[in-house]
Amino acid sequence: MNDIGPHLLSGMYVLIGVLLALTAVRAILDRSNPRRWTTGAFWLLLAFTFAFGAVVPAWVVGVAVLALGALSLARGVKVGTLQEGTDEEKEAGARRLGNWLFLPALSLAAIAVAIATWAPFGESSGTLSIGVASILALLIAWALTRAPAKVVLGQSDRLIQQVGPVGMLPQFLAMLGVVFTAAGVGNVVADLIAGIVPEGNKFAGVLAYCIGMAVFTAVVGNAFAAFTVITAGIGVPFVIALGGDPVVAGALGMTAGFCGTLITPMAANFNALPVALLEMKDNNGVIKAQAPIAAALFITHVVLMYLWVF
Amino acid sequence: MDTNAWVLLGVAVIVVGFLLRIDAIAVVIIAAMTTALIAGVSFGDFLDEIGTAFVNNRSVSLFLLTLPMIALSERYGLKEQAVALIKRLNGLSPGRFLWIYTAVRQLTGIFGIRISGMVQFVRPIVQPMGSAAADENGLRTDENDERIKANSALAENIGNFFGQNGFVAASGVLLIAGTLTDLGYQVSPEKVAAASLPMIAIACVFAAVYFGILGRRLRRARAAEETVDE
Repeated sequence: MNDIGPHLLSGMYVLIGVLLALTAVRAILDRSNPRRWTTGAFWLLLAFTFAFGAVVPAWVVGVAVLALGALSLARGVKVGTLQEGTDEEKEAGARRLGNWLFLPALSLAAIAVAIATWAPFGESSGTLSIGVASILALLIAWALTRAPAKVVLGQSDRLIQQVGPVGMLPQFLAMLGVVFTAAGVGNVVADLIAGIVPEGNKFAGVLAYCIGMAVFTAVVGNAFAAFTVITAGIGVPFVIALGGDPVVAGALGMTAGFCGTLITPMAANFNALPVALLEMKDNNGVIKAQAPIAAALFITHVVLMYLWVF
Repeated sequence: MDTNAWVLLGVAVIVVGFLLRIDAIAVVIIAAMTTALIAGVSFGDFLDEIGTAFVNNRSVSLFLLTLPMIALSERYGLKEQAVALIKRLNGLSPGRFLWIYTAVRQLTGIFGIRISGMVQFVRPIVQPMGSAAADENGLRTDENDERIKANSALAENIGNFFGQNGFVAASGVLLIAGTLTDLGYQVSPEKVAAASLPMIAIACVFAAVYFGILGRRLRRARAAEETVDE
């Protein structure tokens, strides 16, 4: 049974390719979208990298990645008319199904954890569990709602377009991390930090990693981007290399970064958007309110990571 | 590995690009290109490098497979049902209400329910219900109104940030697993999600304490205003 793991995983990526290709076709056919051709091209290229990325030469995907960047930079990806469903339909659904509506999402989490725990697919079980659980949860949602197939496809397209290119950013950041590592960016950062942090001192390493995550996140406004740089530059040489558990370091490193998100105006979606939405008088009102709890959480990160990671 | 300090220009590209709010995906690609070219990689090899890295990290975007189910649930009233549940929370003090919202938001994160909370919940439901709770408890002042607005946003952010990584298919979790695997440490998503749970629980306790203090401040501000009125 272990042998089917990698094949099943390839199947998942092909399936994502199909979902993205459907979005591409719907985008191109949507005459209300002023940029329908470039929008369609973005999703189609992305679909191609998922479905065929492993079988074409790597440079072909490289060219596709550059094209995706160019389309995104030229603001070529727009959201057209989506299949929203009316408020009446949604309210009727809520009345009919009530709390059963939470069942598909809850079963996704439960099935994914169950598969990952029992590991029936060998090494790739952790990753595969998400794909298998997603498909089973979709079937549960479908059985529950008895939606026509047309609605299922339309809804999948709606959410993919709403999540949009921004949702793909983590994969691009992971790619950047590989390039950084190959060029030795992590080593250069580590050399710089080594001048400040006493070598081999576990507490200093943990402190440097958490501060690095929070400060870099506050500067760029994005903890995911910070994670790529700071984990290679500080997390690995000053925490994990001293015997730190990579799982614990990574999990706590990321949320230490979130403490930086709470106090930066750069994270506009989280700290500036509510000021506008709630018509607040003080532009920094949300950040000021969040600063004390962010500080308390940050200190807890340092202490917890130090006690748990080694 | 030669350590050419100029490769840090790639990091500088990220900082400047994000500060100037240039398209994030383009900034990331330009940073990659800058770094690779400075490190002496030829353009052809660079294409191979990013092509391989992009394909090897497809697992980071596996969350795409969860979207059809979430979208379908939304189409049949997932959000409306969540609103109905939250509306049952009336009759609480503002601090208690905001704490329960934080905890509920953490739970939605752990179960992978994607919500753009500020638009869908905070503006239409959380802040109005928080204000209504202040009214019922006789705590309404201009200053307290602003406090409730800021803390409605805080409840959403804390609940969102310290909830999402409890879910195995969260993009943050997949990024952590993907990045560490690229760095040579075999890390699987369900372990990262499990390791995120203690901090989620701690954040929930901190929020309880914090909103307890907030309740006291709201009462004190109201009392101070009354003394001024007299």
